[in-house]
Amino acid sequence: MSKPVVATTSLAGCFGCHMSLLDIDERILDLIELVEFNKSPIDDIKVFTKQCDIGLIEGGCCNSENVEVLRAFRKQCKILVSLGECAIMGGLPALRNGIPIKECIDEAYLNGPTVSENTEKILPNDDELPMLLDKVYPCHEVVKIDYYLPGCPPRADLIWNALIALVTGDEMELPYEVVKFD
Amino acid sequence: MRNTVQKIVQKAGNDRGRLMDILLEIQAELGYVSGEVTDQLAEELGISRVDVEQTLSFYHFFRQEPRGEYTVYLNNSLVANMMGRVEVAAAFEKEAGCKFGSVTEDGRIGLFETADIGMNDQEPAALINGKVFTNLTPLVVRELVSGMRNGKKVEDMIRNYGDGKNGSDLVRAMVHNNIKQKGSVLFSAYSPGEGLTKALQMSPEKVISEVKDSYLRGRGGAGFPTGLKWEFCRRANKEVSYVFCNADEGEPGTFKERVLLTEYPHLIFEGMAISGYAIGAKHGVLYLRNEYDYLKAYLESVLEEMHEKKLLGDRILDTEEFGFDIRIQMGAGAYVCGEESALLESSEGKRGEPRNRPPFPVEKGYMDHPTIINNAETLCNVVKILKNGSEWYTMLGSQESAGTKLISVSGDCKYPGVYEVEWGIRVKDILDLAGASNIQAVQVGGPSAECIGPADFNRTISFEDLPTGGSFIIIGNKRDLIGDVVTNFLDFFIEESCGSCTVCRTMPTILKNKIAKILTGHGVQQDLEDLQDWGSKMKMANRCGLGQTAANPVLSTLKNFREKYEGLIRKDVDFDSGFDLASAVVDSCEHVGRTPNL
Repeated sequence: MSKPVVATTSLAGCFGCHMSLLDIDERILDLIELVEFNKSPIDDIKVFTKQCDIGLIEGGCCNSENVEVLRAFRKQCKILVSLGECAIMGGLPALRNGIPIKECIDEAYLNGPTVSENTEKILPNDDELPMLLDKVYPCHEVVKIDYYLPGCPPRADLIWNALIALVTGDEMELPYEVVKFD
Repeated sequence: MRNTVQKIVQKAGNDRGRLMDILLEIQAELGYVSGEVTDQLAEELGISRVDVEQTLSFYHFFRQEPRGEYTVYLNNSLVANMMGRVEVAAAFEKEAGCKFGSVTEDGRIGLFETADIGMNDQEPAALINGKVFTNLTPLVVRELVSGMRNGKKVEDMIRNYGDGKNGSDLVRAMVHNNIKQKGSVLFSAYSPGEGLTKALQMSPEKVISEVKDSYLRGRGGAGFPTGLKWEFCRRANKEVSYVFCNADEGEPGTFKERVLLTEYPHLIFEGMAISGYAIGAKHGVLYLRNEYDYLKAYLESVLEEMHEKKLLGDRILDTEEFGFDIRIQMGAGAYVCGEESALLESSEGKRGEPRNRPPFPVEKGYMDHPTIINNAETLCNVVKILKNGSEWYTMLGSQESAGTKLISVSGDCKYPGVYEVEWGIRVKDILDLAGASNIQAVQVGGPSAECIGPADFNRTISFEDLPTGGSFIIIGNKRDLIGDVVTNFLDFFIEESCGSCTVCRTMPTILKNKIAKILTGHGVQQDLEDLQDWGSKMKMANRCGLGQTAANPVLSTLKNFREKYEGLIRKDVDFDSGFDLASAVVDSCEHVGRTPNL
């Protein structure tokens, strides 16, 4: 039987959740015995080359590219997992949600204390650039998400246990230490 | 300005507990409470600036910035909408030349919205500088705004006064009582002092047992046995204790206390004195919602009159042993202050946040003294019970609900107003009395209670079946039950949550978003299950009655009008997030000057 295929991505996140995934340490050797990675920063595969079983999503959606990637993941993966605070609730990037996007853009490119060179008051508008969304959306407000792994970042053990449970079909271990956050 | 503030603070005895009164008075003098004044207040009262600010920012009617020489607060409750508020609001904006939530450039007129102002029987209604304007139409609005432009006094804009005491010199309001049915307890013959005289002939314990025998239960909505509450308080046996009358009726759709306060204030105050005698309290406080500020001067004159007649004061009815006085505590606009422990916090000059219980107010209430808080209607009942005896009282009403109940009827009917009915009356019978036909639903007990359909119209108004604090909103066939009714009620709870409990602070917004998703055609079966599942968590996850019931508009319509929701959801898919990329990028693309390439 072929190995289950895993894909991962980071949308509007900080890659912290991916770092946490690496925190499973030497168990990564066991993991690659158990699963095959497809599109993921872990193996640097940029585009999907086949249907996958599990997609891990870090970060929410702050721009149109995030939405496209997330939709592609939904299409290509049987099971989608929101990994960490930003994917689940928007996280830090969602702090801008109470402020109109126009003000955010002006603060970033015109009025912010660190803006010094933009004398022509240019706002980035090249067609190649992703378009900013009016607010930062958690993943489940864009596509269907099957599972949520909370934490900022989720602990390595939580990610490990979840992957093992998904791959083996066994019930997931959720010891208190893995889901307490204070 | 410094002197004005100083004087007001001194008048209140430099007492931080009177911060509500201080802020109201400053506002009356200076128009609003500026940052500078806030600093001075903190200094004079010996508290920190945030202590002042947290009270100041909590209530609708406190202003931290100028809100115009003429400040209009237009009621945005459901029934106001049903009676044409949208057109009235548009007329205000057009005539004044500014949007709601703002002030005209010349600083003359400010337009603001507020939740239910207790005028559901004569909507659309607004408060303008504290005066009530009812039955508004775009034409009337045009005249009002032109009057404001010409600097006319607000009291001169009132053309006709209402009936009864509404027309008296100290009230002069255009409010109508709309008493549509009198019963044998509250709206019956009464001469001040008759209950109190009887009570003073008995021992306090006997008064309590008389009230217990009458099976009188609180009329605010929760229905706690009144006699038992008094007994608990008396048992606390402390030197100082308090009687509070809760006249903060904020539940959208109730206005019966407005009528009691207008026509039967003696009855309320006498009830307070009797309860003071029963529990051994010498002080009473009437907590009056700010929306009824127009009655304050009149109520104060009634208190004075009762002092003169020795129904209040040091030696009531010339007895040696019993003295009792009452002061009026104004609210400043917050529904949650109808919750008794929030009401106490507010009376102590703080944010109206409900307290943790225990300890209950009967042990530790106002300023930590044992306190009973009774609804105004409950206290009126007490007088009649003492006068006529508990046996007489229990003959009225149903098995578990003795006596009569004031029902505030509003919405789609011919005769909105206050009806005194015996407990146990069927919903159907009230609908007949009110001249209502083609009815889709009735909201019994306000947004926090239940919305029922025709299948339930044979049910009875009683503690054993459909309890109510008095609100009875009739919703006709043509109304959009989910789009207009449920959404309006959720907006109300979103606005009125004190924010203390997380689930109450966030869930009504989450539920509202879900309803909006369903209404725009993106709802799926799972959404209905989520509404039910998440809404039901409110009961266990929040501290007070507001939070525990804030999902009821959704839960009760899901229960009684499931088919309306089912008709709105998609059956072809099991997931639809409702996300629309095109509309999500409109604003940013427009701002940077690019055409969206989707």
